[in-house]
Amino acid sequence: MDTTTQSSHVAVDSTLRQKFVDILGTDHLRPATPADSVSGVLPQLILEPATESHLAAALRLASESKLAVIPRGGGTKLGWGNPPSRGDLILSTARLNKILEHAWADLTVTVEAGCTIQTLQETLAQRSQRLALDPLWPEKATIGGILSANDSGALRLRFGALRDLIIGATIALPDGTLASSGGKVVKNVAGYDLPKLVTGALGTLGLITRAVFRLHPLPRNARSFSISTANAEDTQRLILSIQDSKLAHVALQSHFCAEALSSIDVLFEGTEAGLAAQATQLRSLCNSAQISEALPTVWSARQDFWSFSNPAETTIAKVSILPTNLAHTIELFRRAADSTHVPWKSLMYATGLGWLRLEGRAGNLHRALITLRADLEKMGGSLALLHRPTTLPPFDAWGAPGDSLPLMKAVKHQLDPRSTLNPGRFLGGI
Amino acid sequence: MDARVFNEFRAIVGERGLISSTEELHTYECDGLTNFRVLPCAVLLPSSTEQVQAIVRVCYREKIPFVARGSGTGLSGGALPVEDGIVLSLARMNRILEVDIPNARVVVEPGVINLDVTGRVQIHEYFYAPDPSSQSVCSIGGNVAENAGGAHCLKYGFTTTHVLSLEVVLPDGSLVHLGGKTLDTPGYDLAGVFVGSEGTLGVATKIILRIVKRPECIRTLLAAFPSTNEAGAAVSGIIAAGMLPAAIEMMDNLAIQAAEAAVHANYPNCGGLLLVELDGPLAEVEALLTHVEEICRSNGAWEIRIAQSDTERALVWKGRKAAFAAVGHISPNYIVQDGVIPRTALPQVMSEIERLSKENGLRVANVFHAGDGNLHPLVLYDRRIPGQADAALALSMKILELCLAAGGSITGEHGVGEEKKCMMSKMYAEPDLATMQRVRCAFDPFQLSNPTKVFPTPRLCGEKPGEYVPQRLETAGLAERF
Repeated sequence: MDTTTQSSHVAVDSTLRQKFVDILGTDHLRPATPADSVSGVLPQLILEPATESHLAAALRLASESKLAVIPRGGGTKLGWGNPPSRGDLILSTARLNKILEHAWADLTVTVEAGCTIQTLQETLAQRSQRLALDPLWPEKATIGGILSANDSGALRLRFGALRDLIIGATIALPDGTLASSGGKVVKNVAGYDLPKLVTGALGTLGLITRAVFRLHPLPRNARSFSISTANAEDTQRLILSIQDSKLAHVALQSHFCAEALSSIDVLFEGTEAGLAAQATQLRSLCNSAQISEALPTVWSARQDFWSFSNPAETTIAKVSILPTNLAHTIELFRRAADSTHVPWKSLMYATGLGWLRLEGRAGNLHRALITLRADLEKMGGSLALLHRPTTLPPFDAWGAPGDSLPLMKAVKHQLDPRSTLNPGRFLGGI
Repeated sequence: MDARVFNEFRAIVGERGLISSTEELHTYECDGLTNFRVLPCAVLLPSSTEQVQAIVRVCYREKIPFVARGSGTGLSGGALPVEDGIVLSLARMNRILEVDIPNARVVVEPGVINLDVTGRVQIHEYFYAPDPSSQSVCSIGGNVAENAGGAHCLKYGFTTTHVLSLEVVLPDGSLVHLGGKTLDTPGYDLAGVFVGSEGTLGVATKIILRIVKRPECIRTLLAAFPSTNEAGAAVSGIIAAGMLPAAIEMMDNLAIQAAEAAVHANYPNCGGLLLVELDGPLAEVEALLTHVEEICRSNGAWEIRIAQSDTERALVWKGRKAAFAAVGHISPNYIVQDGVIPRTALPQVMSEIERLSKENGLRVANVFHAGDGNLHPLVLYDRRIPGQADAALALSMKILELCLAAGGSITGEHGVGEEKKCMMSKMYAEPDLATMQRVRCAFDPFQLSNPTKVFPTPRLCGEKPGEYVPQRLETAGLAERF
């Protein structure tokens, strides 16, 4: 990145470096290179601890030395959130990548944070099971990373988000504490639900070192359908009627852009008899709309959003709305994009979560984002910016914090009083 | 409590919102767990969020502890009053504020009864999924505090799965909104932390719930097995076949006898009864039902019935849902316990429970949410026999230790409350509990909100946590940290 700066306040001198070596071993740290920079911040060292306790000890030393730490998994979503205000060390979970226990008969798995989602899924598939989640870049993204970024895709409609799938977690806190909460049984209400607290916290409270998930069986069969719709109003009407029907669809997404008609994709899983019956019901719900069987590749639409040619002129935002505001939201996208002359494209899930890609000059993108965020927040929704061009004028990644910000800051202060972890990246300056 | 504060409370809730006569206070001295009793100084019945805030502000100023209470059906003593404290009953805040069918959301006050949510939306063929056995009387606020489950959480999830947002009065009297009507509100998932915190983080005054469309078809299968072992093997078979039923429940012979004596559910008299409910599209359910039936037969089921109509289903469920109360028909006193085990440990844990039961000369009836390994052992005793009450309590705690040794939990849905707080340090290591305590301090630095519950030894905020000592089971190699 051409705007890389060295913004650390504390230099890691040879004495301090030696202390890290003493904890981790010589092979498990190296100087950072420009490829390690995070949103323009170049750290000094990359630490790759081999055990949870090494990681906790290194984190504690960093915190005591007033160094800022950026946790890193596969590095696929490091640009999400605000640029860090400081960043001295990258604490990588790359070596904590073991699947500790696949209790397949109990439908649970205990896995270290650095394991990639693809490796995990391949192991689970040997017993015809899966973590019912479709995050981005599964071959690189790690368990810790998807948890911290709360990444979820189309399957969320049926199986819930990570918060609904995680049943236990171990986290390393900046004071060196390794704390576990939850357990390896699906049903458990003993103590506070800290796995939910760290899910989506962008690594600002503690570093997730391992997690336990509930699993689902792999589907026996699956069928996808695509439906063409004339406009956003028709799309919304059809989506709401599918949602209000007795179909047991697993995923439902809709596509919108300036140039083409909109369309809907629906995914069913189950027995052949069940799928056939549901296909018939779906067809009858569609009336005159054109429906056809689709390839499973339609479900990679979200990841396709990220194959853009010009990162300097592209923004990607995650939006959240009420399902009944879909058509109005699309109209808002259209208006904001037209008035700032930026091409746009959106993928919306039936849950009300969705993705918006805008392409154009930074100043225009900035104007469009300001307008859209205000519009969405007025409707009780939100817009979080995930990818920004380096030249984009200042724009907070998260938007207006609600009245719970002081409480969030109090939680942050309790767990990370020195703001060691990912300073400045989260909501409200956390 | 001094008269000045008393008058202040009276001014907030009015004469009819304040209970202070000893006679009336006795109603509030315990919840569904009756062996712990504490008389509160007063019970306040606010009728609005503003009144809750005003009360909590006084408590904060005077450092008076408070315990929020819904319907008082909890089974772990979570709503047990604390000495020199007040009880905040949310029973009068019982309005359903908004029903939004197209977005599948319902906004309620905490005193709304669980089943009334479904009652309100069933005309649109929706339902509220969490279904604790007490659902006809328990409140949503209480469900939120305990993260209530129920038979159908195997497929549909727990209260926390269905709570999108909370309006909460924090222990200093300030009002915050956690989560939102839309998903993934930016910031920490504090709604996720609040649900299941057993009233220790504040008082929920408004809740946005998610509702679910009623499936096209529901079928309930009842299978009689020689013992719970065969029934357990059938459950494993169902899960291994890649099915996720809406509910899988199991009862042992003693529980069946109790249910029969109480509600005449017409259950077969067997050693292990399995109740499997499948729901979804008709064609899907019928295909899977045949498969479930085969699995049950191949595991030794000697009688299988399938409830077809709603009436038949209701009768089947009536026996199961009445099981706790039904035990009163076969024993003068009993303790309901709530352990969780990895489902595969069932045969081993069952035989251990049987051994403990014989050793202690106390009968144990067993009702399980078998699909997710949630056991409800009912320890039967007679308090008139000297020493038996203590023996029963000790036995129920030993059963929880069995659950922990098997890698499980001390509570699946009833909460830790007063009853199991001493078990927390057996389930979690000191740093785990200390970390939870830090989260508590962020919400409630003066520990006024249900202060004596959940944690074994409440530590003051700011106190330094102690050194990590591995738990006994870990050292013995019987359990890892997870």
